[in-house]
Amino acid sequence: MSVLSVDDLGIAFGGLTALDGISFAVPPGDIFAVIGPNGAGKTTLFNVVSGLYRPRRGRVTLDGEDVTGLPPHQLARRGLSRTFQNLQVFFRMSAVENVMVGRHLHERRNVLAHVFTLPSVLRQNRATRRRAEELLALVGLKEAADKPAAALPYGALKRLEIARALATEPKILLLDEPAAGCNPVETQDVDAVIRKIAASGVAVVLVEHDMRLVMQISRRIHVLDQGRTLCEGDAAAVRADPAVIAAYLGVKAGQEAGRARG
Amino acid sequence: MTVRRFVASPYALVVAVAIVVAVLPLVLPSGLYLRVATLVFINALAVLGLNLLMGFAGQVSLGHAAFFALGAYAVAVGPTHLAIPSWAALIGGVALSGLTAFVVGRPILRLKGYYLAVATLGMGLLTALVIGNEVAWTGGPNGMPVPRLVILEWRVSGSQTWYWVAGISLTLGAWVAVNLIDSPTGRAFRAIHDSETAARVLGIDIARYKLIAFVISAMYAALAGAYVALFDGFVTPDTSSFLRSIEFVVMAVLGGLGSILGSVVGAAILVILPQLLTVFHEYEHIVLGLIMIVFMIFLPAGIVPSLAAAARRRAT
Repeated sequence: MSVLSVDDLGIAFGGLTALDGISFAVPPGDIFAVIGPNGAGKTTLFNVVSGLYRPRRGRVTLDGEDVTGLPPHQLARRGLSRTFQNLQVFFRMSAVENVMVGRHLHERRNVLAHVFTLPSVLRQNRATRRRAEELLALVGLKEAADKPAAALPYGALKRLEIARALATEPKILLLDEPAAGCNPVETQDVDAVIRKIAASGVAVVLVEHDMRLVMQISRRIHVLDQGRTLCEGDAAAVRADPAVIAAYLGVKAGQEAGRARG
Repeated sequence: MTVRRFVASPYALVVAVAIVVAVLPLVLPSGLYLRVATLVFINALAVLGLNLLMGFAGQVSLGHAAFFALGAYAVAVGPTHLAIPSWAALIGGVALSGLTAFVVGRPILRLKGYYLAVATLGMGLLTALVIGNEVAWTGGPNGMPVPRLVILEWRVSGSQTWYWVAGISLTLGAWVAVNLIDSPTGRAFRAIHDSETAARVLGIDIARYKLIAFVISAMYAALAGAYVALFDGFVTPDTSSFLRSIEFVVMAVLGGLGSILGSVVGAAILVILPQLLTVFHEYEHIVLGLIMIVFMIFLPAGIVPSLAAAARRRAT
């Protein structure tokens, strides 16, 4: 059974159709990529699935439950977490505090206990910090734990967002361009982290421009163009699809590719 | 090692505040200074609460005098018209203020930025209007006397006593604020301030946490208002004025948003400076305004955070 499925999703902004009839399903532990040229609707798709936008039509299902139109914090409670293409880091906090915020749902949230800092709150703070440090180590940011987030380079912030999203213990993780701003070595690290996450049973859906990374790690690839699905399949199938080549390289190149094959 | 760790921890601030409170009476030459220090502590209490809302949760309020006045009039109206003992009126006023913030905050905290500022401004003006017009209850523009605070047999009066009440309350208020900031609730506040989108995606119910910050800050303001009224023995509609709200905001911003110590410093400057500037007679307000502008130009993050950053730069 799929942990996330999307049926006939559509959304428009002021008459401009941004997504039109998108459907796919992601099983647990899967690595599922969404690719497409700029403006294809990838981030919009993430924003609809994570509850930031309400779709005009279609359904989003998490673990068999219809969650269409639920607010983001309730989706988080049901096991959905994500990172952002344009960073949404808590810049006035340290790296480890950023990840600690991600533990919010797993902490006791009794304000009165917090006001008086009962011993249980101190214990909980220590446990939260420990878990956050483990996650920072997982993404290779162990040394940066107590640095202000604002002092970290772009590639590190991308990985910080992954650690923070993992802190919620998601069943499904949406990664919006996790390798953007990373050098080739860091990209390899991100690759390894994503595989590790998927191996632990979390379904990973990623939007990514680094085609080498996408082709290497994705089990299935869903290609969008101008808000519509072009095709879906494994790396080999997508690479050979004339429509995909046309979308990426222009119509003419696509025709030539088609002719070359025919 | 453990000493160094303590100095770096936010609780060092609470201890610093406690030490200032304890030492000040030994160095201050007269009762007048003690009175000024008491007013600084009481104002700092209100600013501390406002700073939790503005500096940590990132939500502005231009109407906090409404809660300040609610606390002040509770200890005036309660004993005078309703025969409630003044200690109960004090607690009741703080609770009522929290409840009011809860009811009012629900609809208006959906607004952001300027719109929230205008909505809270409206709340403040409305409160001032009611207090000014309900002459039978509040004495209207003339204000009304406030009976002494009596707790069991203890009559709380005299500048000595009030100094200690205000000083200890401020220390406890700072302790509570520090506790909150380093808890899941405080982390939620700060997360909302930096990115509402990220906070929501991580499971934080942002409407709930904005409301919590608003209610807590309203209770701080009400306690401060009640103290001022009891301390002065009289309350006037000035407690609810727009200028009062602005004063709290200026104290918070001048001292440093997001800084506990900044709240105390900001309150101290805005209470003490006008007293010193009386030598300028009619130019008093011009000089005060100029000093504030100069402060904000050279210490744009507020006095305490800007100086702390400068000290860190020198250390490295």
